[in-house]
Amino acid sequence: MTKIIKNRQAVADDYTLLKLAEGEVAETVALPAGAVLVPLAVWVARKTELLARGTPVGVWLDAGEGPEAIDADLAQLPVIGVNFPKFVDGRGYSTARLLRERYGYQGEIRAIGDVLQDQLFLMARCGFDAFALRADKSIEKALGAFETFKAPYQAAVDQTQPLFRRRAA
Amino acid sequence: MYRYDHYDQALVDERVAQFRDQVARWKAGELSDDELRPLRLQNGLYIQRHAPMFRIAVPYGMLASRQLRCLAELGRKYDRGYGHFTTRHNMQFNWPKIEDVPEMLAELAKVEMHAIQTSGNCIRNVTTDQFAGVAADEILDPRPLCEILRQWSTFHPEFAFLPRKFKIAVNGAREDRALTWFHDIGLHILKTDDGLVGFRVIVGGGLGRTPIRGEIVREFLPWQDILTYCEAILRVYNRYGRRDNAYKARIKILVQALGVVEFARQVEEEWAYLKGGPATITQAEYDRVTAFFGAPAYATLPTIDETFVAQQADSVPFARWVERNVRPHRIPGYASVTLSLKKPGIAPGDITSDQMDIAAELADAYSFGELRVTHEQNLVLADVEQRQLFALWQEAKAAGFATPNIGLLTDMIVCPGGDFCDLANARSIPVANAVQARFDDLDYLWDIGDIELNFSGCMNSCGHHHVGNIGILGVDKGNEEWYQITLGGEQGNDARLGKVIGPSFAAADVPDVIEKIVRFYIAQRFDDERFIDTFRRLGADPFKVAVYGDKARLKAAA
Ligand code: HEM
Ligand code: SF4
Repeated sequence: MTKIIKNRQAVADDYTLLKLAEGEVAETVALPAGAVLVPLAVWVARKTELLARGTPVGVWLDAGEGPEAIDADLAQLPVIGVNFPKFVDGRGYSTARLLRERYGYQGEIRAIGDVLQDQLFLMARCGFDAFALRADKSIEKALGAFETFKAPYQAAVDQTQPLFRRRAA
Repeated sequence: MYRYDHYDQALVDERVAQFRDQVARWKAGELSDDELRPLRLQNGLYIQRHAPMFRIAVPYGMLASRQLRCLAELGRKYDRGYGHFTTRHNMQFNWPKIEDVPEMLAELAKVEMHAIQTSGNCIRNVTTDQFAGVAADEILDPRPLCEILRQWSTFHPEFAFLPRKFKIAVNGAREDRALTWFHDIGLHILKTDDGLVGFRVIVGGGLGRTPIRGEIVREFLPWQDILTYCEAILRVYNRYGRRDNAYKARIKILVQALGVVEFARQVEEEWAYLKGGPATITQAEYDRVTAFFGAPAYATLPTIDETFVAQQADSVPFARWVERNVRPHRIPGYASVTLSLKKPGIAPGDITSDQMDIAAELADAYSFGELRVTHEQNLVLADVEQRQLFALWQEAKAAGFATPNIGLLTDMIVCPGGDFCDLANARSIPVANAVQARFDDLDYLWDIGDIELNFSGCMNSCGHHHVGNIGILGVDKGNEEWYQITLGGEQGNDARLGKVIGPSFAAADVPDVIEKIVRFYIAQRFDDERFIDTFRRLGADPFKVAVYGDKARLKAAA
């Protein structure tokens, strides 16, 4: 079974990631058994069916898709994936912050796609707590990335007060 | 100036360790070139024509003498004994080895310097007025707010992978000396009649291949709200800026596509959630940072120093230098001095390591140990006693810093161009030097008076040619180097873009063309009318005729 990083540890991944292959459409694509992380389009088209299965279901948002699209469903979703098509595409950082800070989402936010060690620190600050590291990279090495900077300047999800307010204290 | 506490120091030290590890992993084949690329760019490291190019931040232009000495040492140890000041208060080295950069960063960290976010698609070094804190027309010293913005933007977790680079400039005086209309965000410090301090917020300016003057998104924003407001702007940009085409990825394109009214609406909508949040600046933090920028221990001096007056009467060269390179100061008996890095024949903005050491000594001897880097690629000693100016002038002259040409034609802004830069269409330095050589007669140069000549080697516009009164742009025509001329660009409160006057020229013709333009101006000007004012009065057509002759006349008539 593949592993992901969750809460700064390597753990087994319970979810099967569903992606629409060329020619597949949300309405008819075969759903894998067990816990599944589906694209937004599949969720929108087959929400009732997915919930009726009684197995965990999460949704992943692509870089151009925002949390607005699922804000009414958040309570039903234990996991939200945020896809990084390329690691230099930084839209997912805003998505995660919005999910945590504006929509109050408490479940797992998982970075998927081109997820690399050198971005983990920033992602964690924005509210990601799970990371499906790109398959060719070492999870053990990547675990060190969370300690890169001990006391960053800005307020974010992990540290809700900016340094200038903590400094003063 | 600002000094690091243990928090600031830990962050730059951790940054060095991080980059050291990244370079080691790259060498070990664990990081691909493409994976390293944005990481090295965010540490100022480009790969260029000859070697990597390494860009070090001089935040909002403030440089302590010990920092300049460190740069001198880096130049000797890792480069070829010189460096280059850019238009964004940074220093560039052209010849270091990638493997040496972690060590260079470690040496910089010891003097509270870094190369963080000097390149890459992130928030870059914040720039401001080189006369901040000493200018007579100042509303409020912008440097404390620049430092607060620096800290906020450093490793901002949400905005490290923007669609494109993001540049912020702040101006705190009545006259805009920071080119705020041509930045991604330009901020004007304002004071209302009831004494409230805040910013006019301009978004979406930029030069590059699509030069656009920024637009006002908010007329007045209380200063406490600047970080939350910037987060709102950046979030809208991060989410909706184009990522499909690097040439259309700057925020200016988004602002144009949405229209400023709709863009402002989206920002305000986002800001409604962020306003008043933890990033709202506290008075305590503002006071803490401001304390670092307090006035140095000025002596009590007469407004006008009599010896200084006499020295000018005795020495014409000194008087000339004073007229061009010395500015009045808000404190009686003091002046601000610009050390010219535009000695004809030298690449504009270049400075040798030995000169850096001398400049550091001059700063220690005459200006409380501090210097500023200007966006026109010169150095400033901001706080010099009038009675010391003569001695300073003599030392500056010996070091090659006293060319009395500030604001004159030979004080050009010039990018590195084809000699160093991979993106260049044409070389800029030799052509700029040829123009300088043409105008080497000081009397003539003086007679021409205030004029800005800016030069870029390609349309990326690193040399700000769009806003030069005369702009020169390198273009590529069938693999040959050609130069396009624009006229009428301007910085300042009335900043605007110049317009191309016609077909481009071969390198050898550029000095002639500039001379024709200048001669025409001299023939047409009223008394001491500046070049740009004559140009505004007459318009471009007669200048075109002066350059292209009858062809242009026929065209104008048609
Ligand atoms: C030699 C290495 C350099 C490279 C490869 C480089 C590359 C670029 C590129 C690609 C752009 C256009 C970005 C865009 O439009 O999105 C740009 C803009 C700019 N660069 Fe450079 N540059 C270099 C050196 C410099 C130097 C030495 C300076 C200062 C003298 C400088 C200052 C600027 C400025 C002020 C802009 C304009 C920003 C704007 O579009 O508003 N660069 N540079
Ligand atoms: S303007 Fe062009 S040639 Fe000059 S430094 Fe910038 S990218 Fe290079």
